[in-house]
Amino acid sequence: MAKSMYKNTGRLSRFNLRRDRIRIPVWLLSLAVLTFVVALAFTDLYETAEDRQGIAETMKNPAMEAMVGKGYGLDNYTYGAIMANQMLLFTAIAVAIMSILFVVRHTREDEEGGRIELIRSLPTGRLANLNATVIVVCGVNVLFALIVGLGLYALGIESMDLEGSLLYGAALGVTGVFFAMVAAVFAQALENSRGAVGLSFAVLGVSYLIRAAGDVGDGVLSWFSPLGWVLGTEVYVNNYWWPIVLTIAAATVLTVLAFYLNAIRDLGSGFIPAKPGRKHASALLRGPIGLSFRIQRTGLIAWAIGIYVIGASYGSIFGDLESFLEEVEMMQELINPVESASLTDQFIPMLMSIMAMISTVPVLMSVLKLVGEERKERTEHLLSRAVSRTRLLAGSFVIAIVTSFAMLSLAGTGLWSAGTVVVEDELGFGKIYGAAMVYLPAMWVMIGVAVLLIGFAPRFTGLVWAYLCYSFIVVYLGNLLKFPSWMANLSPYGHIPQLPVDNMDYMKVSVLTIIAVVLTIAGFIGYRKRDMY
Amino acid sequence: MSLLKISGLTKKFGKFTALDDVNMEVNEGEVFGFIGPNGAGKSTTIRVLLGILKATEGEVKIFGKDAWKDAVEIHKRIAYVPGDVNLWPNLSGGEVIDLFMKLRGGNHKDRRDELIQKFDLDPTKKCRTYSKGNRQKVALVAAFSLEADLYILDEPTSGLDPLMEKVFQECVLDAKKKGKSVLLSSHILSEVEKLCDRVGIIRQGEIIETGSLDELRHLTRTSLLVETKQPIANLKQLQGVHDIGEKEQALSFQVDTEELDNVMNHITSFGIVKLESAPPTLEDLFMRHYEGPGKAGGAS
Repeated sequence: MAKSMYKNTGRLSRFNLRRDRIRIPVWLLSLAVLTFVVALAFTDLYETAEDRQGIAETMKNPAMEAMVGKGYGLDNYTYGAIMANQMLLFTAIAVAIMSILFVVRHTREDEEGGRIELIRSLPTGRLANLNATVIVVCGVNVLFALIVGLGLYALGIESMDLEGSLLYGAALGVTGVFFAMVAAVFAQALENSRGAVGLSFAVLGVSYLIRAAGDVGDGVLSWFSPLGWVLGTEVYVNNYWWPIVLTIAAATVLTVLAFYLNAIRDLGSGFIPAKPGRKHASALLRGPIGLSFRIQRTGLIAWAIGIYVIGASYGSIFGDLESFLEEVEMMQELINPVESASLTDQFIPMLMSIMAMISTVPVLMSVLKLVGEERKERTEHLLSRAVSRTRLLAGSFVIAIVTSFAMLSLAGTGLWSAGTVVVEDELGFGKIYGAAMVYLPAMWVMIGVAVLLIGFAPRFTGLVWAYLCYSFIVVYLGNLLKFPSWMANLSPYGHIPQLPVDNMDYMKVSVLTIIAVVLTIAGFIGYRKRDMY
Repeated sequence: MSLLKISGLTKKFGKFTALDDVNMEVNEGEVFGFIGPNGAGKSTTIRVLLGILKATEGEVKIFGKDAWKDAVEIHKRIAYVPGDVNLWPNLSGGEVIDLFMKLRGGNHKDRRDELIQKFDLDPTKKCRTYSKGNRQKVALVAAFSLEADLYILDEPTSGLDPLMEKVFQECVLDAKKKGKSVLLSSHILSEVEKLCDRVGIIRQGEIIETGSLDELRHLTRTSLLVETKQPIANLKQLQGVHDIGEKEQALSFQVDTEELDNVMNHITSFGIVKLESAPPTLEDLFMRHYEGPGKAGGAS
């Protein structure tokens, strides 16, 4: 009996690999290459020990602690320590996202689509699909850990020894496995894949916030977050392996839970029952905009809360930031000191650029929803009624624009509301809000790119996500890694005036807006002319 | 008067020709059956009609307007039910029906509630929990709740039980009584036979036969089962006789409809004891057109 539950796991594992034979290598290679490139870049940028000590000072900054974790090994700041401080957390998050998406795609999403039913009607075990998914996701993470570990060691950078490199890889791999198992549990508990992905991401986000709070405070709280465990390895300095063991143990508990839940439930059901819906549509649900909003409502509300919390958590470190900045004067690299601006102010643009890019995610999701709907053959319900294509696309577009306003407003308001409590001087709401809203034109360009792709290349809408990732890398890491300026200039976020440090540059903002308008109009024209899926 | 007119429609996806010089007409007040095997181009044709796909060549007019350019104007007067009804998993059936009705405009709440009851649909359930048949009911209720001049139905009953299929047929006949037109793409040939005035048969992107059922029946064969006092001589040599088989004392064979008179005259002379004849069904017609690689239509 027990054995028959897993029958054909091997075949299904190979089938999973076959289905993702492009996706998995793309994820692994891009993350590995990014890791190697950044590691090599540090050696060029900070050649002397003095350069590195300069960077070490910035790591004592609470803003940095909240963002990337508490610095360690700062007395003798080696390349390894720099690498681990700057890159480990964000890479771990990326690996977690990859693992969550993989697991839900192969479990609940297949189940929702009725494909698991087909598989189960064949002589396969009841737990074989979950088992195959778990085996493959673990295998992929182990492979990634080895690639990164051996690769970093092979780069031959001073202070990046074999043990440290392997630990670096292992920390990434076990984080991926942990969040894969979180997703596996939610995939059993919830009846729909979007909910499973959403809740898994929520756990990831909360883990980040708990760790941030812990790292800015006394550090105890960080041990309640799996992302805190990653950083607790203190790779390349102390090389603690026990957080890896801790993460594996926690992941094992989740795995057992997921298998148990899968074993006791019916196919297609979950543990959180679906509520009955309304009998009739509300007054809001009367056209493409109403529909577009209705189907994204839950997601948008979750994002709104998330963005506000991120803003508020960055705002809450402003007090610490202030006292820290009074002590330390050496603030090169991350920000270029400007005489006239207060030191706290100089961190606002950096925080805002990150929040603006995070806020772009729900905005793009709401535009691209239209293509998702098209692929699921639901747009034809609308287009076969008295709805023009222009009106349909305009519905998505309007929601995206409103979302861009709402998300940036929440980011700015969150930052201000928490910041104003902890800062001694007055923190002007207008200043903060303006620094947030100035990113609107950049978001509009991203919307424009998305609309253009919807109009002309609906199969390739994923490119806009790649563009956002690129923007994140060049804008966030650009200063640190001293990328040539043209690289940042390729991203709309690189052109936004750094309020409140810089003056407002209406010219740049107008040009971005015009580009956004042109892209959008072109996209609308394309959308009217092409075949629907 | 034709409400819908397709002339010389060709649709290519890259190098693949999905539709090749399709010509078709649906007249006012008629129910037109659109039949063909899977992948023949029925849904592609319908999507061109809806302005969802753009014709590579040819002219497609509904109500005298261009299906691509005036899609929105046309859609104000048509109702469409797709074969695969994909709905939003987190909306309830009732919400979807209301949304579809609002998109078309017009207020027909009584009709809607009546149809929901007739189709025995629970509108408070989320679409994700509906079966295929129930999703189809949602689309059917939304379509028939409104007054439309042309109903485009793409295999609308493939998931319905026989009881619901009857309700559906009533809806179609009701629309026809009001002088509305229906384009019904279907696989259920008995349904097409019952409802349709004319049929068009499509195969591999080409319309191979159009006409009223009676007209098309001329193109097919009648099955005969005959028992005679003396054995029938020279049956094989007669023109238009096919598939001769022996059943106990009787002979069974098929006769081309146009040769029926000659054949009957011939066999009467052998003294008929028993005669059973079955009219050609649409199924026979269908089978003859689809079996084998050649165009069977030319052989009859």
